[in-house]
Amino acid sequence: MKSKSFERIDKRKFDEIRPMKAKVGVVPNADGSALFQFGETVAIAAVYGPKKMHPQHLQNPEKGTLRCNYSMMSFSVAERIRPGPTRRSTEISKIIQWALEPVLLIEKYSNTVIDVHINILQANASTRCAAINAAAMALAHAGIPMKDIVSSVSIGKLDKQLVVDINKYEEDWEDGEGATDIPMSFTGSGEITHIQLDGKISIEELKEAIELGRKAVKKIYEVQKKALKEVINCENGNEQTN
Amino acid sequence: METSRLTSQRIREYLREGKRFDERALDEFREISIETGISKNAEGSCRVKFGKTEVIVGVKMDVATPYPDSPNKGNLIVNAELLPLSSPRFETGPPKFPAIELGRVIDRVIRESKFIELEKLCIKEGEKVWSVFVDIYSINDDGNLLDAAALGAVIALKNARIPKWDEKEEKVSYGELTKKKLPVKKEIPLSITFYKIGEKFVVDPTKEEEDSADLRITLGSYKGSISSIQKGGEKSLSVNEFYALLDSYKEIWERLFKKIEKFLK
Repeated sequence: MKSKSFERIDKRKFDEIRPMKAKVGVVPNADGSALFQFGETVAIAAVYGPKKMHPQHLQNPEKGTLRCNYSMMSFSVAERIRPGPTRRSTEISKIIQWALEPVLLIEKYSNTVIDVHINILQANASTRCAAINAAAMALAHAGIPMKDIVSSVSIGKLDKQLVVDINKYEEDWEDGEGATDIPMSFTGSGEITHIQLDGKISIEELKEAIELGRKAVKKIYEVQKKALKEVINCENGNEQTN
Repeated sequence: METSRLTSQRIREYLREGKRFDERALDEFREISIETGISKNAEGSCRVKFGKTEVIVGVKMDVATPYPDSPNKGNLIVNAELLPLSSPRFETGPPKFPAIELGRVIDRVIRESKFIELEKLCIKEGEKVWSVFVDIYSINDDGNLLDAAALGAVIALKNARIPKWDEKEEKVSYGELTKKKLPVKKEIPLSITFYKIGEKFVVDPTKEEEDSADLRITLGSYKGSISSIQKGGEKSLSVNEFYALLDSYKEIWERLFKKIEKFLK
């Protein structure tokens, strides 16, 4: 974890996450919903289900199905993207499903589907991490049995410097070895449920990056937990306002 | 969740006595809240809530060739997405009729009112003009997405700023917004949709009321003139009923305007 003199564009420390915001119950129609924000990256997630899977041939009699749908709003990035699925969003949707499934206890929900819809309202890198964090909260809010929650963060390597929670500027880093982007997700107990990497990194550095990620997600986990607790306390006191 | 026949019957019974479940008057809108600048990469954006109904609208701009029939005017493209996130009734996949209609009706509310001064968006006649994309997303559908979306589009446009056009490189420098606001008129167009339930007409229905309606009629207007109409639904209405709506229109418009006036500064 290189020099201390390294300065990030937004003056953050190398292991500092952008200001986080988490809120539960942002979509009243949904069975569970949440917003998660890393700085200028905002994701909202809504859960519908468990409900009967249609068409019938997609039903799984052995366990429930988790179905994720990640999509970016057309104006969430500098250059407008056409609405509708892309190859990128298709992959990320599946990655999110894989990141979340390990903590779900849905073996008994045979022939049903749990739909998680995630939309990126504003993007400044790390959108899949924000999406996973929001989706995990929304699932918990929907009352889906879970043995743990999932928290996600991106670790970046800018030239030789490791940093936590990269933003767009850092993602486009070109000096030296360029940028390596490593989004990763952990369960509360520290299991890896998702990891991806684009760039170039040594094995030693990768281990360091994972250690950094493990530390960072603990803070994210606390933010998620706090937001969930708030709404549960509210609901018990019948004071929930939407 | 579909609205049950029993609920619809009860809604009609209530309306016969001039009452609604949420105690509103028949021609009264729900509480409206508007938040602007909610998505920083958009040239303009806002969140509009009518009670529990919520839409998000973003404006993006790009430079493109003009349409042959308007070589000196900017282009306007309105698109609506009924997100599966916003209701258990909406599914993923290509837009279906309701989303297409929503986009088109809002397009006409904006376009026909001449709210955007499209002739000021010409860079080089016949070759380069600004394209204005208005993208509407539903976040929570509790009825009357139409009027909420129209209002959202107007507010997002009103707050939009033009990005920098790099003449040498011939491309838009996104992120570098100029101080120049998107040229829009001071007076805003508004959309008001009437829903006929039984023998009565209401505005700003909740989802249950919308489900119980036989028909709807959307009136887009600007400076006291009607500039667009869309009737939807499989039932007919009498001429006299329509005249009665038109007679009540001005007052409802003004009351709606009062509700949102403070957000227009």
